[in-house]
Amino acid sequence: MLIRKAPDLTYADVTPKSLYLDRRRFLRGMGIAGVAALAGTRLWDLASPRRSAFAATKFDGLLKSPFSTTEKQNTYDDVTHYNNFYEFGVDKSDPSKNAQKFQTSPWTVSVEGEVKKPRKFTLDEIIKLAPLEERIYRHRCVEAWSIVVPWIGFSFSALIKAVEPTPKAQYVAFESYYDPKQMPWGKYAGIDFPYAEGLRLDEAMNPLALLCVGMYGESLPNQDGAPVRIVLPWKYGFKSAKSLVKIRFTEKQPPTTWNRMASNEYGFYANVNPKVDHPRWSQAKERRLGEFFKRETLMFNGYGDQVASVYNGMDLRKNY
Amino acid sequence: MRKLFTSQWTKVVVFLLCLMPLASLGWRALHNDLSANPIEFITHATGDWTLRFLLITLAITPLRKILRLPDLIRFRRMLGLFAFFYACLHFTTYIWLDKFFDLAEIWKDVAKRRYITVGFTAFVLLIPLAITSTTGWIRRLGGRRWQQLHRLIYISAICGVIHYYWLVKSAVLRPLTYAAILAVLLLWRIAIKYWPHPRPAAVDLPPKPQRAQA
Repeated sequence: MLIRKAPDLTYADVTPKSLYLDRRRFLRGMGIAGVAALAGTRLWDLASPRRSAFAATKFDGLLKSPFSTTEKQNTYDDVTHYNNFYEFGVDKSDPSKNAQKFQTSPWTVSVEGEVKKPRKFTLDEIIKLAPLEERIYRHRCVEAWSIVVPWIGFSFSALIKAVEPTPKAQYVAFESYYDPKQMPWGKYAGIDFPYAEGLRLDEAMNPLALLCVGMYGESLPNQDGAPVRIVLPWKYGFKSAKSLVKIRFTEKQPPTTWNRMASNEYGFYANVNPKVDHPRWSQAKERRLGEFFKRETLMFNGYGDQVASVYNGMDLRKNY
Repeated sequence: MRKLFTSQWTKVVVFLLCLMPLASLGWRALHNDLSANPIEFITHATGDWTLRFLLITLAITPLRKILRLPDLIRFRRMLGLFAFFYACLHFTTYIWLDKFFDLAEIWKDVAKRRYITVGFTAFVLLIPLAITSTTGWIRRLGGRRWQQLHRLIYISAICGVIHYYWLVKSAVLRPLTYAAILAVLLLWRIAIKYWPHPRPAAVDLPPKPQRAQA
């Protein structure tokens, strides 16, 4: 039997990503098309490609990381349709709809403050700072759900070394992009923007802290924090600021968004800790998306071996 | 117009409409469209509809008077029972899908988490109202006592809105919208009672029981 390669299939035959991503919408559309009242609007939805802004770049030659978990990854669909990104709306399904037109190119990140070499980085310059790795991390939200995501990036320490902090630098402050015109939903979020987060410098130097530019083999989708974000797997998700535009090295502990909003509920450290409950709900268990039963939450989200020593001698009940 | 509200068919239509939120959940479940976190989705949907039905039920009396449509009373019991129905679904989702009947854990939650305490209170207060919603119970209690008992819906609705307000992280817009609507509905009642009124306020008794109605 002659086994032939298929030279007749070229890239042109590949289902366009926008259509592939729209398949569920398409199938749903088919079913509903029968319902006369809705048919018109739904078909209009199908006709207008809302996801055209998806300019995903593939990353090749990614290094494997010893920090990666072998746990089952969540689906791309879950991770792109269940997001907390209050600038684009407060419902989990809002960012996937509202962030589609978000302009992420050109993009610069300003690194400033207590550093010898303050500078602005373009996205390309950031990507070239260090070899890109795939890191499969657990991600635990303060709302007691969790996911497993194959992020792409490199240790944030590579950027820190590039700008050479002065001896005064004790903390790092992150600032997310905010433009009320592109993010009109932010007005109803109940928190202040631009979104601000921060770390102590030794936390930021920990190799687990990931400067992240992609996931699932390609660049970050808008709703997941395009084009560059920080990922801190041992902390509650809100610490991992999205769509970074400013990184500032400071002498004093920087103010952070959720902490300012309710300091009794959201601490500066916000390390995952099953023994310290959120004042309004328990943190002992979590629901891994895609699983029916809840699982026990692990101290430092299971990253104690890497980070526990950073907090030696600290009362984690007080410094929640 | 009047005929529309007195027709038996209207009641059937309203009944089916009230089932639409449940049908929508069923449809989404069949089509794998309950988001990445289905249990949360169901919890939120049933909670939202409990509040909406409570507010719709509380809107009946003001609408009857303002629009001069006394026949709207025919729908009040059904709407109130649908509020209880969605509250039961909401509560079941919590004890079954969220807590897996872990009674110790549930009791800890009810005692310790104030948003659950107040939500649980809202639910418990609806139980006697659902039980005594029948024509037989109206007769047994007598109109006035029955009416007094059923004022518990005010407290239940207030507790329900507080429950929502206390559980959100920062997005208070939606719970505050419910709170504003509830405030209007309750303030209207106070205004009717205490403001000088040209006509004596009509006593708001349920219709005379003629025959058992669903």
